[in-house]
Amino acid sequence: MVMKIDRDASRFRQIVRGKIRENLRKYVTHGEMIGRKGNDLVSIPLPQLDVPHFRYGQNGRGGVGQGDGEIGQPIAAGDPDGEGGEGQAGSDSAPHVLEVDITLDELAAILGDELQLPRIEPKGKANIQQDKVRYTSVRRIGPESLRHKRRTYVEALKRQITEGSYRHAEPRVVPIKDDRRYRSWEHVPEPVANAVIIYMMDVSGSMTDEQKEIVRTESFWIDTWLRSQYQGLERRYIIHDASAKEVDENTFYHTRESGGTRISSAYKVCHDLVSNKFDPAEWNIYCFQFSDGDNWGEDNRSALGMLKETLLPKCNLFCYGQVESPYGSGEFYRVLEEAFGSEHESLVLSEIENKEGIYESIKKFLGKGK
Amino acid sequence: MSALTSLHRFRSLTPEMIDIQRQMEDHARSYGLDFFNTIFEVVDHDQLSAVAAYGGFPTRYPHWRFGMEYEQLAKGYSYGLQKIYELVINNDPCYAYLLGSNGITDHKLVMAHVYGHCDFFKNNYWFSHTNRKMIDEMANHGNRIRDYMDRFGVEEVETFIDACLSIEDLIDLFAPHIKRRNEKAKYEFKDSTEEEHDKPTATRFQAKSYMDSFVNPKAAMDAEVEEKQKELDKKENFPPEPMRDVMLFLLEHANLKPWQVDVMSIIRDEAYYFAPQAQTKIMNEGWATYWHSTIMTRHGMADSDLICYADHCSGTLAGSRTRLNPYKLGVELYRDIEDRWNRGAFGEEYDECDNYHAKRDWNKEKGLGRQKIFEVRRVHNDLTFIDEFLTLDFCRQHKLFSFGFNDDSGYYEIESREFEKVKQRLLFNLTNVGRPIIYVKDANYKNRGELFLEHRYSGVELQTNYAQDTLANLFKIWKRPIHIETMLEDSRIVLSFDGQEHSRTGEQKQKGK
Repeated sequence: MVMKIDRDASRFRQIVRGKIRENLRKYVTHGEMIGRKGNDLVSIPLPQLDVPHFRYGQNGRGGVGQGDGEIGQPIAAGDPDGEGGEGQAGSDSAPHVLEVDITLDELAAILGDELQLPRIEPKGKANIQQDKVRYTSVRRIGPESLRHKRRTYVEALKRQITEGSYRHAEPRVVPIKDDRRYRSWEHVPEPVANAVIIYMMDVSGSMTDEQKEIVRTESFWIDTWLRSQYQGLERRYIIHDASAKEVDENTFYHTRESGGTRISSAYKVCHDLVSNKFDPAEWNIYCFQFSDGDNWGEDNRSALGMLKETLLPKCNLFCYGQVESPYGSGEFYRVLEEAFGSEHESLVLSEIENKEGIYESIKKFLGKGK
Repeated sequence: MSALTSLHRFRSLTPEMIDIQRQMEDHARSYGLDFFNTIFEVVDHDQLSAVAAYGGFPTRYPHWRFGMEYEQLAKGYSYGLQKIYELVINNDPCYAYLLGSNGITDHKLVMAHVYGHCDFFKNNYWFSHTNRKMIDEMANHGNRIRDYMDRFGVEEVETFIDACLSIEDLIDLFAPHIKRRNEKAKYEFKDSTEEEHDKPTATRFQAKSYMDSFVNPKAAMDAEVEEKQKELDKKENFPPEPMRDVMLFLLEHANLKPWQVDVMSIIRDEAYYFAPQAQTKIMNEGWATYWHSTIMTRHGMADSDLICYADHCSGTLAGSRTRLNPYKLGVELYRDIEDRWNRGAFGEEYDECDNYHAKRDWNKEKGLGRQKIFEVRRVHNDLTFIDEFLTLDFCRQHKLFSFGFNDDSGYYEIESREFEKVKQRLLFNLTNVGRPIIYVKDANYKNRGELFLEHRYSGVELQTNYAQDTLANLFKIWKRPIHIETMLEDSRIVLSFDGQEHSRTGEQKQKGK
């Protein structure tokens, strides 16, 4: 049944999208508000999508309640934004925060529109396709291991009913050979997963939790955007201090290690990874490196060398994001800038001062559309 | 088959349910309930959410807020947070929606409850001026607005609706019951008999010329001229008297296109239609609850229904510390009134008795209870209901308290258990359905056609950010700067919006500069 409500609901969603667009910067910088949930849906709290009225402020709110309690006893928390409950007799007093669910793809589209990210052009390797087997139909012959039990049973039942050998009192269904049905497959060409993101993070003693949060938020958005562009995106994570290793996603975000910093170690692991698993002829490779820029002095030379010789030629894009740190000298950014200039073809440098800077940084990283 | 059923393919009642309906209707009539013919529709929860989002009218005009409402209701239901049991529409015939997935006990209860509401709609005075063919009217509204959307664009019409909704509560709740002014012809807004006033002159008594300065002293004469001039000036005020029905004022005087006038009048009509429901929430729900519990416990219930009924009932009547349950408060008050009038515990003699035991055991065997509550449901609204019948004993017995917001702690805290304060707080929340009272004071402010509104301050400030947004929406309608006079931090100030920016003027200069 199609009710008119569908039209209103979609109109509402449209408005919400506009609203999200308006406030996108806020959502980007407050990454913690967006938690990834099941089914790739995210909930976004949307305060105040109501029609404004003249109404009483919080100081006049209040009402009459029922039950035990001493005078002065708190009974409900007020909202710090001054949006407290209605508190009227007869109307619900729960604070009214609207949550809307949108899919990550939708979010990515909104992000793309708002940040004016160009649609990323595949390298031309997206044409590489691989046959994949899908079980889509049923036929009369096949291996026993693929026998479709339900269909076989239904056939047998149909046959018995038409023959008149089926009895309600004693419903015994015995399939004969003609009843048997088997699953059958066809080959479906599918584009191969062809993009990999390699995140590298400096986890040396100078990276604080706050800086990791910035990295986390930024990675989330980069991830969201790239996922909307490529199907079957691979992600790899590398952490390093004086030495580097590949880790899983969870470790990447939650590790706290201390020690010195040797950026070249991360480049080495990254390079090994690329050469072993991700052939640049078939893969779009995106590297994102986050650090506070505090590298051991003598390592700069070898790090630069590796970047120039081995990594940059293989990557679509190499992004270096430098998080400002109370401890780090932030030297590496300057080193890179001197070595490659700020207009390098596949290297993007960005300094992220604080959470507010994430938005600009993403724009800078992905704005190139490589 | 009813019109709605065929229109929206709702399911019709099963024979079992028809049977129950007949029983419930008979029980309700046997108690003297008097209602319009009532038509029940069976819907699934998705349909019910949709219908509820439309305020009960599936044919209502399109607007995003209904979609929002629907998403929330549907989500709330699927997460198991809330469930709408019943939905009744004030119309002749009355329409009520039943949730198809409910059990048979629930259907019995809901039907009994619905008959309570129908009786209330038909007989309560505050509903007497509502349109009883509202289903048709709403469909008509929906078609008109859809037509405008086709002609002028969804965005354009919707933006205007949004602006109108911002002021939909600025109506005169008592207007349907009072004649405020002589009716004008609907589309004739200019006063045709406009008189030119001469300069006023003072009354001059006859006197000989040498006595004149004594009989008609100059000072007195001047004073009188001034007085008359003031009177005249007042007549030239526009509007002559502050006007409570801001929407009506704008309808008649704002520079609007014909379709805008129509859209606004639609929203105003609907606001007036829904107003009595907000004004009688406690009474209406209380009345329906009173009757479903009376009918169910005395007749309707089979043994097998008991647990289910009790479970449902306790859910509906559960109290909360932050929210006064209108079902609970309403039904308890009716029962209290019934009990008092049965015992004769009212009137001068009772009031003046100061012996607690005597009052408690007071019984004159008057037996007027049932009669009294029928009278109450006819004449009162929530405000007068609470004012008249909320007693000290009731307040204590039901452990009522008032709470307010504490700025320092950021919490809502229990303020008082004193009867006077509790009652006052409750009455305040019910006055003008809990909304600030606002008048149009001057529509030619500064002689520049600016609109000046006045908030009748009663101790509680307006929420500034909402007020500013509302002013911005008003600007879309009036198209000239808008001002509202109110109190903030104990000083009189004026919030203004001139189409570009918001400003605040008033006695806060020491702060502002």
